[in-house]
Amino acid sequence: MTSRHVAEEPIKKVAIFGGTHGNELTGVFLVKHWLEDGAEIQRAGLEVKPFITNPRAVKKCSRYIDCDLNRVFDFENLGKNRSEDLPYEVRRAQEINHLFGPKDSEDSYDIIFDLHNTTSNMGCTLILEDSKNDFLIQMFHYIKTCLAPLPCYIYLIEHPSLKYATTRSIARYPVGIEVGPQPQGVLRADILDQMRKMIKHALDFIHHFNEGKEFPSCAIEVYKIMEKVDYPRNESGEIAAFIHPNLQDQDWKPLDPGAPVFLTLDGKTITLDGDCTVYPVFVNEAAYYEKKEAFAKTTKLTLNAKRICSSSH
Amino acid sequence: MCSLPVPREPLRRVAVTGGTHGNEMSGVYLARHWLRAPAELQRPSFSTMPVLANPEATAACRRYVGRDLNRTFTSSFLTARPTPEDPYEVTRARELNQLLGPKASGLAFDFVVDLHNTTANMGTCLIADSAHNVFAMHLCRHLQLQSPELPCPVFLYQLPGEESYSIDSVAKNGMALELGPQPQGVLRADLFLRMKSLVGKALDFIELFNQGTAFPAFEMDAYRTVSRVDFPRTEDGDLAGTVHPELQDRDFQPLRTGAPMFQLFSGKTVLYEGEATVYPIFINEAAYYEKGIALIQTEKFTFPVPALPPLSPDP
Repeated sequence: MTSRHVAEEPIKKVAIFGGTHGNELTGVFLVKHWLEDGAEIQRAGLEVKPFITNPRAVKKCSRYIDCDLNRVFDFENLGKNRSEDLPYEVRRAQEINHLFGPKDSEDSYDIIFDLHNTTSNMGCTLILEDSKNDFLIQMFHYIKTCLAPLPCYIYLIEHPSLKYATTRSIARYPVGIEVGPQPQGVLRADILDQMRKMIKHALDFIHHFNEGKEFPSCAIEVYKIMEKVDYPRNESGEIAAFIHPNLQDQDWKPLDPGAPVFLTLDGKTITLDGDCTVYPVFVNEAAYYEKKEAFAKTTKLTLNAKRICSSSH
Repeated sequence: MCSLPVPREPLRRVAVTGGTHGNEMSGVYLARHWLRAPAELQRPSFSTMPVLANPEATAACRRYVGRDLNRTFTSSFLTARPTPEDPYEVTRARELNQLLGPKASGLAFDFVVDLHNTTANMGTCLIADSAHNVFAMHLCRHLQLQSPELPCPVFLYQLPGEESYSIDSVAKNGMALELGPQPQGVLRADLFLRMKSLVGKALDFIELFNQGTAFPAFEMDAYRTVSRVDFPRTEDGDLAGTVHPELQDRDFQPLRTGAPMFQLFSGKTVLYEGEATVYPIFINEAAYYEKGIALIQTEKFTFPVPALPPLSPDP
């Protein structure tokens, strides 16, 4: 008896994006390096294109110029009439959609890896946008297995209101890669080595898949976003408490009801309400202060993927 | 050794400045906190003024808007005729010079404590201008003795013959606290609480001095600049690599001849080739990329600090 499986088209076009946020330096410098010397990212029969997505923000070493590039790949922004009045990142998004998309079309790139850093203690993280994507679940399972014993976590952002319009979403298979902790504007060698390994294993997976290797059904543990939590604020909207020392750096660790979450500027502890254990991520991420997000609550669940193999074999 | 004169009068006017760099959050939030709760900074013999030094950079959560404020307190900036083209920080430096100075005048504040963070693993670093600053050396010593569980290395930043340029230099005396590692734009509870406690202890020291306490002579260990080292660069001036994993986070640890310093993207390692053992600090500080500094090599040295004589009681 054969198990149910999914036959997929071979992968032809892959892009690796760096500098979507101009001050997240690992992706910026890996992509710049691969533009000079791309031998390590080439695989037989596969087009792999490294690309700097937000060159003006990279030059300025800031997250963005006018607005967050990684939030504007929705059809409304991508369809706006070009004019000088559009924010730089919206104009840039349209260019990127032209080069690597169009989003949701036959012509779009098969896979886009988008390289990010966080100031949070999240280690190696893969971001999944769709819980039913067998191909990416298989890929993430492969990367996780190869990286072990180095932990690799999977963050599922599938949510009716909290999912956002990412740069990578123009590809058929969007992959977010997030490695931390690393301060903005800093390039750490250890983080760089980890991200480089994640890309190597991902490209190896694609190569094996294209060569006809079968990947048996598998299961992976993922952390699915539940809600974002803002900092407590005073009457003028200023932050009145910060992440409690017990929660700082504890991304992916269980946080139980009643556990300390915030400490106010005058020393009072605020605890987790609700009645379920959650798994916090993006704890104290620098870029999220302006997004009013102190951390995100996730719930842990298991995703299953069917056996896959390339349809050309 | 020529020492700066020690105060012969109680220190009555003290300031604590935060947000001199707008994305170094411990000082930003402490200044804001103390502006709302100034009583915490008062002592029986003097009052302390909290100052948010660079409000525009703080609002933008950037180090600075026009230029680095903490390099702008030189006589050329402070005394030049104001023009509409002046960067914001030049205008702000003149305002702060009016508020806390004027620099090198009898009207200036007695002491300024300036609050900073670094992305480097500097721990609790106490920064003063030079070994000649006897009062500041005693204050640093007091902080070290009051925090036995916490190493508090002292960095003396001023190069011989160099004009002072930092915010605390507009006061008669001052020092800076440099706590790390903390990313720019992030407020960590541990560093906030530690900095708050250190400022309290610094004010306690001034109070003890004002009350007539004598402080005996001692030997001080400190670090002073030998040279600044840039990242390896490509022909275009872009980074060709970064700090080696074996050197990353090892601020104030000895770096010996032949030890790895940088790791290139090509995989090659660059070794430290100097002959003398140095003590690198500010290793991989985010704000120094644009200054062309990957780290500062320092030397460790020991020097005697003379006793701080007690103030004579009021007649």
